[in-house]
Amino acid sequence: MKDQVVPRVVAKLLIPYMLLYALYVQWHGDYGPGGGFQAGVIFAAAVILYALIFDLGNAQRAIRPWVVNLLVPLGLLLYIGVGIVTILKGGVFLEYGVLEHDPVHGQHLGILLVELGVGTTVAGVMLTIFYGFGEVVRG
Amino acid sequence: MSSVIGFVLLALLVFTAIRIARLRGLFSATIVAGIYSLLGACWMSFLDQPDVAFTEASVGAGISTVLILVTLSLTTSEEKQPEHAPLLPLVVVIVTGAILVYGTIDLPRLGDPEAPANLHVAPRYIEDSQHEIEVPNLVTAVLASYRGYDTLGETAVILTAGVGVMILLGGARRRRPGTPKTTRGAGP
Repeated sequence: MKDQVVPRVVAKLLIPYMLLYALYVQWHGDYGPGGGFQAGVIFAAAVILYALIFDLGNAQRAIRPWVVNLLVPLGLLLYIGVGIVTILKGGVFLEYGVLEHDPVHGQHLGILLVELGVGTTVAGVMLTIFYGFGEVVRG
Repeated sequence: MSSVIGFVLLALLVFTAIRIARLRGLFSATIVAGIYSLLGACWMSFLDQPDVAFTEASVGAGISTVLILVTLSLTTSEEKQPEHAPLLPLVVVIVTGAILVYGTIDLPRLGDPEAPANLHVAPRYIEDSQHEIEVPNLVTAVLASYRGYDTLGETAVILTAGVGVMILLGGARRRRPGTPKTTRGAGP
């Protein structure tokens, strides 16, 4: 799609805002609709749009495949890690209330970290699948 | 007014579904399926479920459309003529649909406060989450805190799906450049 002017210009304008919007959905999930899953998908969609219009190789230079592969287990480990920390702090698995002195603040921190874990894994899986397909297509 | 919007949305959904079933070109069918997902997202936000609408729009209309298009570039973009007559599938679909519609007769009305699903743990979440967790978005509170185990399981499912796709694609990638004689990569 490299010779198409309109998609190139529109994508260049849109992609930064898509990434920013993904971060907004990620960190604002407590207050508005959305959360980790949606944020991860939007983030992956921005990178996929870049890869579709500016070639897969350029996208893989921007976000390396090994980084993407690393994101997949990292998110789940963050989620499980929050649960283990709550056990070590004297609560039960994923009882966020013990994370801080005020149980409500602990809940906020726990939800934030867990949602970040979900977003990381989802973005990683979506990009891994897309990179994988793209490499097979390219041969 | 709102019932008109709902009726139009549902009519468009049915119309798009029939179009998808009748299209032979898989490329155009994929695009129409994306439109179907977008209409589904509109329907969900019409039902005041912005979180579900969000997911449907980004996953259904966005990611899966792209992934199916990439898959089409690996296979063909034209559906093969079915070998058997469409009569048997038609009967199966009509019977299954009739059973499903029969099943909905027992369902409670949409948004019924007396429905069993709204009497179990939902009142506790609605009443207590605002001082237990103090998160304005109740959906986030339920997903990440009250139902934290379920969300952990869902994240593990997504990871497993990703790993599964990578194993399948890895096999395809290794077989392609290699000579047809080697069976490496096809084994366990």
